[in-house]
Amino acid sequence: MANSTDQSAYYIPHNSWYPFLIAAGALCMLAGLGNWLNDLKAGDEPSHLLFYIGSATLAVVLFFWFAKVIEENHAGLTNAQLKRSYVWGMGWFIFSEVMFFAAFFGALFYARALVLPWLGGEGAKGLTGEYLWPEFKPEWPVMTNPNPDVFQGPGESMAAPGLGSWGGYLPFWNTVVLLSSSVTVHFAHTAIKNQHRGKLLGWLGLTVLLGVAFLILQAEEYIHAYNELGLTLSSGIYGSTFFLLTGFHGFHVTLGTFILLIQLLRAFKGDFRPDDCFGFESASWYWHFVDVVWVCLFIFVYVM
Amino acid sequence: MSEVVVAHHDDHHDHGPDKGLARWLFTTNHKDIGTLYLWFSFTMFLIGGVMALIIRTELFQPGLQFIDPAFFNQMTTNHGLIMVFGAIMPAFVGLANWLVPMMVGAPDMALPRMNNLSFWILPFAFAMLISTLFMEGGGPNFGWTFYAPLSTTYAPDTVTYFIFGVHLMGASSIMGSINIIATILNMRAPGMTLMKMPLFVWTWLITAYLLLAVMPVLAGAVTMMLFDIHFGTSFFNAAGGGDPVMFQHIFWFFGHPEVYIMILPAFGIVSQIIPTFARKPLFGYDSMVYATASIAFLSFIVWAHHMFTVGMPLAGQLFFMYSTMLIAVPTGVKVFNWTATMWRGSMTFETPMLFAIAFVILFTIGGFSGLMLAITPVDYQYHDTYFVVAHFHYVLVPGALFSIIAAVYYWLPKWCGRMYDESLGKLHFWLSFIGVNVTFFPQHFSGLAGMPRRIPDYALQFADFNMVSSIGAFIFGFSQVFFLYVLIKTIRSGEPATDRVWEGAHGLEWTLPSPAPYHSFTTPPNVTDAEAHS
Ligand code: HEM
Ligand SMILES: [Cu+2]
Repeated sequence: MANSTDQSAYYIPHNSWYPFLIAAGALCMLAGLGNWLNDLKAGDEPSHLLFYIGSATLAVVLFFWFAKVIEENHAGLTNAQLKRSYVWGMGWFIFSEVMFFAAFFGALFYARALVLPWLGGEGAKGLTGEYLWPEFKPEWPVMTNPNPDVFQGPGESMAAPGLGSWGGYLPFWNTVVLLSSSVTVHFAHTAIKNQHRGKLLGWLGLTVLLGVAFLILQAEEYIHAYNELGLTLSSGIYGSTFFLLTGFHGFHVTLGTFILLIQLLRAFKGDFRPDDCFGFESASWYWHFVDVVWVCLFIFVYVM
Repeated sequence: MSEVVVAHHDDHHDHGPDKGLARWLFTTNHKDIGTLYLWFSFTMFLIGGVMALIIRTELFQPGLQFIDPAFFNQMTTNHGLIMVFGAIMPAFVGLANWLVPMMVGAPDMALPRMNNLSFWILPFAFAMLISTLFMEGGGPNFGWTFYAPLSTTYAPDTVTYFIFGVHLMGASSIMGSINIIATILNMRAPGMTLMKMPLFVWTWLITAYLLLAVMPVLAGAVTMMLFDIHFGTSFFNAAGGGDPVMFQHIFWFFGHPEVYIMILPAFGIVSQIIPTFARKPLFGYDSMVYATASIAFLSFIVWAHHMFTVGMPLAGQLFFMYSTMLIAVPTGVKVFNWTATMWRGSMTFETPMLFAIAFVILFTIGGFSGLMLAITPVDYQYHDTYFVVAHFHYVLVPGALFSIIAAVYYWLPKWCGRMYDESLGKLHFWLSFIGVNVTFFPQHFSGLAGMPRRIPDYALQFADFNMVSSIGAFIFGFSQVFFLYVLIKTIRSGEPATDRVWEGAHGLEWTLPSPAPYHSFTTPPNVTDAEAHS
């Protein structure tokens, strides 16, 4: 806060070419992705080149940028106040991620609580349903869409079975995997605090493995959904919310696992000290955040 | 990697700016980045302004004269998008960059490299957005509010680039807000307690939280659009159990806080300027802070006042009507405080003060028309007419934009060390003041009489009002080109400015020399009572 005594030493990098390149790379990546998607939609041979150039630029420059920040820290440039700036930065970044998921959860709740009853002819806007698709019966998961000719419903849903059969229910095991990984990452943190290198490597390695296990299970779940259940992105609002919520969560798990993997490599190099392990800590906050999102997902997407 | 070592051991060696283009591309300096933001914003303002004049040219007379309706739609859409995301918001971020570190006594922004990134994303994003206008099928044509299914099922192919453009802008805003929050909360000089901060800093702190909360929601909204368009989902398609109206809810959950994102920093600016030229401390500093916070909170629970005519359960209509009217209370507190600050002050009317006073009056008119729109049954008649256009242009042009112009006149001497020409400034003010009112005041009447918005042609009875409006628009447009001239003249050949610049100015930024040195406060300044909250 304002009472810091080491303020004069706040390190301000003089200039840097990373951010400009990141901005340019992000543009290429997204413009390239746009070309790609539009080509697909038009039925043309998709052109990926720009997308790959952009993504590679992002990856390479981010690598150098992070390496530089670590190097600055080793050179003693990162004073306590700057570290606080990093902490604030990461904290509020996670908050913005929470709001990103909030939009999708909002869509899920709105659809379930309001749209489907209306489409089924109930409530304030029930006439919509009566005029458009009088046969439509609201239920969750939606197995038959209001207009089944346009959006064919799923054959089966991912909804949780009764408690007794959770033993064979994959999302339940995914919950177990992810929840335990939150615990193991916490143990890894404790190991840093106690300067116990072996334990740190063990627990952090286990966390990464659990992250990978989660992703494999989820891939398995998606394959199952697409191939056996007939549940796809285009199965109507159930498939839309299901795949967008779990998909973006899975994307975040992928990122989180990758970040933790980097921390593991840094742990091998002995980068962390008990009072100086911001990289690890922010990775673990991110991981806990991803975990909390999953719990909400499990409750609202699978169980309820 | 070598400058790490250099910077470490050589504390006295004061880095000046780099030479040439590299200075602007790779800079981490808050003043350079602030300058970039401000010039970018001005460029976007001129581009968006040209679009506005194309619209007004077509509307000069009834009938279709100059452009075809499809292009007209692209003009209204891109005018709105560019002005909101390219002109107003970046201008405020530019001001925050220049001013927040100086005002809180910090050496720079908290995260200087990310600061550069937040800026440079924007020119790229807008290059992509604007390039769509030249692509096959044309650019976005579904209005700046991009309601589904216009923006999904019936959208031109370029909507994909629009979506990614919005993602980029969102990333820029989120990083910018994180930076501003970290700077304000972590970089204040000793003694600069929260309740001593200048109001501009306070309003930006709260704005940054609004941005953090709603930009990700906007990103979520366009992401759902992307999936509806390319991956077969049905979020906004009732045939699959989704709902186009859901799009509007999500959009306005972002959109209403967004309009406050565009006005809270303006409140802050006006709260800095009026005390200076009234030569009195701001009336009711604490209540200003609390009012800003209440407005920010309320802005999250009023969004559906944009959707009264869409159809909504009665309870919803009542709730959103009353919550909207509630916002007028803290807003009224602010207007009262500004007026009370001027009351019995020894006022002088330099250009920044003129713009600030015009802000208070004309923004209040916009607030009143907002209150009219907030009344559900009344909105049934006004919705989607020119009355709404008049309302939001009154809060945005003589509101947000005037505050930005006022800020530029007020702080420019500090930035470049030179004084603008007072008579040219006053001329710019009167031209803008007349232009803005001639443009937008008649739109209240054509709106009340039922003229729909976003239509290139109109019934004959609206002809006079529209002609007046178009004339006003050209006056206003050219007076902003004149502003550019005033600016360039100041920067190149203005009289040298004093450090304090304004007799009645208080605040840490005025303790620095004019022009302010490349690095603001390398050692934290002493915050005296005289410089605390002005
Ligand atoms: C007392 C404060 C305010 C109230 C009660 C209010 C109320 C409203 C209402 C009810 C509407 C919807 C009208 C309709 O579409 O039928 C509206 C539209 C709008 N307002 Fe306000 N408003 C206020 C202040 C502001 C401020 C400060 C800004 C921006 C700086 C703003 C910007 C807008 C915009 C951009 C729209 C139109 C959006 C669109 O449909 O394109 N308003 N306002
Ligand atoms: Cu609103």
